[in-house]
Amino acid sequence: MYVAAVFLPLIGSLISGILVFFKISLINNGHEDAKNRIDLISQIITCGSMLLAGAAAILVFLEVFINGQNPSIEIFTWVGSGSLQFSWALRGDILSVLMVVMVTVVSSMIHVYSIGYMATDKSISRFMAYLSLFTFFMLMLVSSNNLVQMFFGWEGVGLASYLLIGFWYDRPSANKAAIKAFVVNRIGDFGFALGIFAIYFLFDSVSFDTIFNLAADKSATTINIFSTNIHALTIICLLLFVGAMGKSAQLGLHVWLPDAMEGPTPVSALIHAATMVTAGVFMVVRMSPLFEYSEVALAVVTVVGASTAIFAATVACVQNDIKRVIAYSTCSQLGYMFFALGVSAYSAGMFHLITHAFFKSLLFLGAGSVIHAMSDEQDMRKMGGLYKLIPVTYIFMWIGSLALAGIWPFSGFFSKDIILEAAWAAHSGVGRYAFWLGITAAFLTAFYSWRLIILTFHGTPRADEKTLAHVHESPKVMILPLTVLALGALFVGVVSVDYFVGEYAVEFWKNSIFVHDSHQALANAHLVPIWVKFLPICIGSSGIALAYLMYMFAPGLPGALSSGFKRTHKFLLNKWYFDELYTKLLVKPAFKLGHGLWQAVDGLLIDGVGPNGVAAAVRMISRRVGEIQSGYLYHYAFVMLLGLAVFITWFLVRGYG
Amino acid sequence: MSNFPWLSIIIFVPLVGIFFILLIKGDDETTARNARAIALWTSVVTFLVSLGIWINFDNSTSEFQFVEKVIWIPSLDLSYQVGVDGISMFFVILSTLLTVICVLASWVSITDRVKDYMIAFLFLETLMVGMFSALDLILFYVFFEGVLIPMFLIIGVWGGPRRNYAAYKLFLYTLAGSVLMLIAILTMVSVAGTSDMTILLKYDFPASLQSWLWLAFFASFAVKVPMWPVHTWLPDAHVEAPTAGSVILAGVLLKFGGYGFLRFSLPMFPLASADFTPLIFILSAVAIIYTSLIALAQEDMKKLIAYSSVAHMGFVTIGVFSGNLQGVEGAIIQMLSHGIVSAALFLVVGVLYDRIHSREIRAYGGLVTRMPKYAVIFMIFMMASIGLPGTSGFIGEFLILVGAFKVNTWVAAFATSGLILGAAYMLYLYRRIVFGELIKDNLKKISDVNSREIAIFTPLILTVIVMGIYPSLFLDVMHVSVENLVERYQSALASAEYIPTVEQ
Repeated sequence: MYVAAVFLPLIGSLISGILVFFKISLINNGHEDAKNRIDLISQIITCGSMLLAGAAAILVFLEVFINGQNPSIEIFTWVGSGSLQFSWALRGDILSVLMVVMVTVVSSMIHVYSIGYMATDKSISRFMAYLSLFTFFMLMLVSSNNLVQMFFGWEGVGLASYLLIGFWYDRPSANKAAIKAFVVNRIGDFGFALGIFAIYFLFDSVSFDTIFNLAADKSATTINIFSTNIHALTIICLLLFVGAMGKSAQLGLHVWLPDAMEGPTPVSALIHAATMVTAGVFMVVRMSPLFEYSEVALAVVTVVGASTAIFAATVACVQNDIKRVIAYSTCSQLGYMFFALGVSAYSAGMFHLITHAFFKSLLFLGAGSVIHAMSDEQDMRKMGGLYKLIPVTYIFMWIGSLALAGIWPFSGFFSKDIILEAAWAAHSGVGRYAFWLGITAAFLTAFYSWRLIILTFHGTPRADEKTLAHVHESPKVMILPLTVLALGALFVGVVSVDYFVGEYAVEFWKNSIFVHDSHQALANAHLVPIWVKFLPICIGSSGIALAYLMYMFAPGLPGALSSGFKRTHKFLLNKWYFDELYTKLLVKPAFKLGHGLWQAVDGLLIDGVGPNGVAAAVRMISRRVGEIQSGYLYHYAFVMLLGLAVFITWFLVRGYG
Repeated sequence: MSNFPWLSIIIFVPLVGIFFILLIKGDDETTARNARAIALWTSVVTFLVSLGIWINFDNSTSEFQFVEKVIWIPSLDLSYQVGVDGISMFFVILSTLLTVICVLASWVSITDRVKDYMIAFLFLETLMVGMFSALDLILFYVFFEGVLIPMFLIIGVWGGPRRNYAAYKLFLYTLAGSVLMLIAILTMVSVAGTSDMTILLKYDFPASLQSWLWLAFFASFAVKVPMWPVHTWLPDAHVEAPTAGSVILAGVLLKFGGYGFLRFSLPMFPLASADFTPLIFILSAVAIIYTSLIALAQEDMKKLIAYSSVAHMGFVTIGVFSGNLQGVEGAIIQMLSHGIVSAALFLVVGVLYDRIHSREIRAYGGLVTRMPKYAVIFMIFMMASIGLPGTSGFIGEFLILVGAFKVNTWVAAFATSGLILGAAYMLYLYRRIVFGELIKDNLKKISDVNSREIAIFTPLILTVIVMGIYPSLFLDVMHVSVENLVERYQSALASAEYIPTVEQ
């Protein structure tokens, strides 16, 4: 069952991929009408296999939920080289299985939604093949039993993300964004890979079970790495976290995520909101037995997470592209998850990961529905007044935003609340830092969410007549998956809170997450002062109120503010100038350096002194001798013969003969 | 079957093919057609026979297998002695496979002096297989240097406009190394009293002599790998060589250096190898970063891939001299993988060159619209080249880096940074050629890969994927031999109470 859940998407993807070429050859042979039929077949196959995979995943989940941990399923050995042994295997603990369920369910909804959203695209089969391929890699990532298979999934989702961001390959901006996403992720993978090497160096294994069993014994070990003696688990965790930062778009390595919105909207929902970007969070949770022994690494995770949460929230407040607002929002919410992990509230982080998957993909698909209605317009300044025209989408956006802003009883309320309480209850400096930044970001979250709703759906319509005339509610095939996700955004939190972080949490998670006895933030989260409990929802409501004030009741205010604080506004609008900084400091110098090394060192220095210098000398000599074109081959053969002659002489002289 | 002369058959069948090609008579067109057919049949038969050594290979011993010994010049104690172990076996198959690919790849693109061309390739095959299976030092030298003769011809006769310069550069670089290596070989024979490599592999040369011998071999191997800074012949040779020439050059000839380090430097001069390991590490790490940066700035497709080869071979030398099981096995896998992947990438370039006759990156763009199959093939090899897990490229680099990390974390970190740059230059190349809008007029009628080209790429794709997903197929063959090699290396260091100067 488990194997089916993971491999069905791969099969669907491969079949759909083959159909792409089948379609091309049919069209080339004059069967113009084949396109629709083949596209339909590949939609049925990919959606069918995804839905089956989802069903299988739910069964596996129920089994593990009831019976406890399932044994891992080993498929076959991948690499065996001395003590370095690892297999293709599927891990059967609740953490993996929970992720498998979330990924397959969200992914099948997005597969179905794509039938409607991509209906007029010319490469439907290719799109479906990529989506399923992505899902397969993601499932390999979360179900892995060792670090290397995780890395396989990790890089694989990077590949699929690259293909999907650049799906419309004739757009230069899409190609650029695709490369940026891959390369920035590789910078993170650089850290992840070094982390894996260091783990193997320390533990002589890359299998989770072995590593986790030995973690306590190695908790005081120092290793000599980069010429310094350093606490082994700290450096390992920091390296792994660099990988997590890349994948989960944390401050510094976040630059690729907003650009990734170049991809079709279902991609943004699936990859850049619900699943792939949460891989970093998942990885840290998975490696909790190591992170728990490094206070330094945990503090770094907390600070980076909290800083990202506030940074991205500030930027989201001024963006005009509807998808970019949600993209920065994703970045910010991932920051919440990380600082939860940093205060050892892993289950709270996972809880938010799951609820976020539902409400954020709902928001993205809702935005997609808006864009679909507006004939591919993404600029909110050209929207407005849409709520009467697309009421269903409007309601879904409300549900998603209420969940995002953490309003009771929507699912985001439960998960965000417990994170902020845990941050407070950590009773540490970094915990307080995270708490206050988290509270501020919660205010901004509510503010930008309703800014989005009001700009898009209320006020006077700012689109031209032609676009407005076209505005229409999305077809059923798009509304249906939205409904499922909306139900998730409504009920996942209230239904599962007791299992994730409440009274049944210990039985639910069993041994899949490890928390050191000295880290009691989550346990103490229920004992925080009453104002800590109520602050998030109050602050959320006031964020909504401010948005109404600024964009509904006093529409002059935003303009006045942005011209009043021109510098701040520009700073935020340009996303704190990260892109400009990187281009100037890294990208351009790399190209210049490459060109310089090529021309100066390879061309002038090495060749000049070496072969060209010798060539000049030889030409001079040979001109004197008078046989310019004697041919190099003869030179060469001559030298060889000379060599053999010397050899034979040598032996004769030495008397071996 | 143990007495069946597998290796000699593999070595001599191409010569039989040459004999038949020489017999061809008739007008140009008939000659060309017959020469192609004979070359193809010969290379296919050779390849199939070479699979026999894999099937009959005994994984449980580190001794040489399929050994044949014929006394050649008794007075000099010279013998024709061949055999393979877990280290060299796959290189023999790599050579025979790529020869088939080369013949097919030249099917239509070579129209001039086809007969001579096919002879050159078959002769090359004999020499390559001979090189990897030679167990006599002198025989090894003859094959090792002899390979360059057909290679010169292929570049010099069927090459591009600057072929003389390229061939000349190759000649100059290899000349210095080969003279030094010959002197070293003579010294070894006179000190040990035999040229039999099976004995030499167990012989302990005095420590002081080891350094000199190591350096002399290094001079030759470093050029072949090629290591920084003696790599500048490679981009020129590739650019000027015909497609099949690049395939053999990148696929097999570059492996001579790495194979040499494994066969000679590490087991025969272990103390010197340990002493010089920092030098290798520094040169390799520089090569990876330096050539990757240069590859970013290239405008010529072949040059770009040539520079990327230098970076990938930098991983190989790091793996070899990490001196542990993972590093060495990684190096062998990396060499095999690079043999397939870089060969395939040159073929990918060749497909375009055959159609448009330009290697300039800017001459292309938007090809996916007309050539979707081509785009997929290119994508697979690009991903293998940047070491995506699930492809052969990953297994090699991963094992090497794991091995290197145990010995020197700095080197591992610098080398790992090559993964970032590698992704950057390959994706940038792919984007400029395959993606974007198809605007150029001469590309609007370009045709997708045909069935001959698909037949060329299919075995390469399968190898890349199988090696990436189930590398045990290859690793199991080499385990015992590599363990034996590493043990010999480490015990030599231990008995000399050698304290590594390598920093952690």
